[in-house]
Amino acid sequence: MSDLEDGPAETVEEVTGSGIPVRGNDIDTDQIIPARFMKVVTFDGLGEYAFFDQRFDDDDEEKDHPFNEERFQSANVLVVNANFGCGSSREHAPQALMRWGIDAIVGESFAEIFAGNCLALGIPTLTADHESINALQQWVDDHPDEDLHVDIVNETVTYDGTEMSANVDKAQHKALVEGVWDTTALMEANRNAVDELASSLPYLEADD
Amino acid sequence: MSEGTLYDKVWDEHAVTELPTGQTQLFVGLHLIHEVTSPQAFGMLQERDIDVAYPELTHATVDHIVPTDDRSRPFKNDAAERMMAELEENVRDAGIQFDDPTTGNQGIVHVIGPEQGITTPGKTIVCGDSHTATHGAFGAVAFGIGTSQIRDVLATQCIAMEKQKVRRIEVEGELGPGVEAKDVILEIIRRLGTDGGVGYVYEYGGEAIESLGMEGRMSICNMSIEGGARAGYVNPDETTYEWLAETDAYADDPEKFERHKEYWESIRTDADAEYDDVVTIDADDLEPVVTWGTTPGQGIGITDPIPDPDEMESGDADVARRAQEHMRVEPGDTMDGYEIDVAFLGSCTNARLPDLRAAANIVEGRQVADGVRAFVVPGSQRVKAAAEAEGLDEIFTEAGFDWRDAGCSMCLGMNDDQLEGDEACASSSNRNFIGRQGSKDGRTVLMNPRMVAAAAVTGEVTDVRDLEEVTLA
Repeated sequence: MSDLEDGPAETVEEVTGSGIPVRGNDIDTDQIIPARFMKVVTFDGLGEYAFFDQRFDDDDEEKDHPFNEERFQSANVLVVNANFGCGSSREHAPQALMRWGIDAIVGESFAEIFAGNCLALGIPTLTADHESINALQQWVDDHPDEDLHVDIVNETVTYDGTEMSANVDKAQHKALVEGVWDTTALMEANRNAVDELASSLPYLEADD
Repeated sequence: MSEGTLYDKVWDEHAVTELPTGQTQLFVGLHLIHEVTSPQAFGMLQERDIDVAYPELTHATVDHIVPTDDRSRPFKNDAAERMMAELEENVRDAGIQFDDPTTGNQGIVHVIGPEQGITTPGKTIVCGDSHTATHGAFGAVAFGIGTSQIRDVLATQCIAMEKQKVRRIEVEGELGPGVEAKDVILEIIRRLGTDGGVGYVYEYGGEAIESLGMEGRMSICNMSIEGGARAGYVNPDETTYEWLAETDAYADDPEKFERHKEYWESIRTDADAEYDDVVTIDADDLEPVVTWGTTPGQGIGITDPIPDPDEMESGDADVARRAQEHMRVEPGDTMDGYEIDVAFLGSCTNARLPDLRAAANIVEGRQVADGVRAFVVPGSQRVKAAAEAEGLDEIFTEAGFDWRDAGCSMCLGMNDDQLEGDEACASSSNRNFIGRQGSKDGRTVLMNPRMVAAAAVTGEVTDVRDLEEVTLA
């Protein structure tokens, strides 16, 4: 999905799979991927470090965390609470989640830079109210092997016969549904207009 | 929607076109890069065989992983050396200016831009670092971006984004003795919440903001992201212009300064501008603010009681309970007297010359408390040199502080400067997240630089106003 070499980006209209709940507000990107794992020059292999300090103690023994639980190992839809992904702008955070296996995130709210980083990777971030998210987290907890269906086109999450409405940001909707989330290619096509604008900016002078 | 604000004007000035996604393609006037978030972006460019579009508008330094003690090459830490070498290769191939430690211009990316005069009013500035809002102190529209967006900017000098709302934060009144810009922004975050700024750009103004120097304004804009706002700015004024006139970019070219100043004046928010929201804060009653928890929004005045989670809404209450357990604090207590093991004076929030001066004044003639590790990490090599020229280094070292080289250091613990075990740290940095300073059991208390100095010499969180014979203004 993140292979950007092959011409037009793919569309991401829906994600189907089992869920994994990570509860709590204000889960920051330092928790999602601690800074010491960012001393790398590629994103490869970041998946095993997702939520590392929440998952392991000082002696590398496993702690209670959904990412450690056997029953969630094949999950690909992460369900979270409010202000998820706040803090540092590190794209290492969604990269680690994606490489762990996450394809979509549903939550109460997301920090902006984090949501933008997810979009750049083709990972939808859908929002819903507190009660709906709690209910979904509970269901996922009780039914780790059952699939839920995240529909980006119609902005719904369906599970166990329940259809829950979820919000997809307008630009994100367009980008994922129409497959136009490769912003590099989109913007590169306007190079002439960019050069023209640059030459008109009062603070960019030829001698600079 | 807002109208006539600096943000509206700068947005219009830099909008290239509307993209099929509905986003605006926005031109970037300055792209700052560092070693941690850029290598993957350069890698993506190479995969696609694309050159850097505007290397002359791109500026690099090394700050996150750089050691602050022994900086001889190769760095002792292999991973750090590899990242440094990768950046060196990338900037050389692309023809990007790189302020490495041999130049004397190296430092935290948000310190060096302003000191060289490349951070200017009305410019769009991006960097793969969430504290990029710092540059908004000059009236720039500046925000942090992810690595895929760094790729976009390297390839096109543009970013795809949606226009945001503008919230005016009016800070009225006057800051009391010992109360600093840091306290103002911690109070703003406490009141509006860590996600209160999502979807907004913050325009800071009012008497208390306008009377601040550029460094104080930078401390405030710097922590916009801790309040959820990707960008924050202050309208440029005489204070801004006085700073810029002295910088490398303008000191020798007064004519260029005058030409650019015309533009800077033109993008100031209009008197009749419209905002999406306005919030007013009274600075008169502010105290030094310290955090008691594990988010920057969990702050209180130094004489205030730690709040009771039972009196909060459910989501906040859970976060607060976990935070109080981690920090080992009780509702009803104050933070005054909370024992510390480490004092860290540094970071892009508070490691500029006036920060170091203010802290040195507290430290002078005193000694770091027994059992406390205290160190100063100047924000840049230039800050360090200027501080040494006025003897601040001697004041700190005589008191028992380590005097280090410039970098991000213990703000995020990516180099060897890290908390160990459950150490508690009085820190002038910006984030008290669990694990932030390098140990997952470490405890961070955010505060202003004078308060860090006071904690260092007493061994506990201390109201600096209670110390004798100190200058607080």
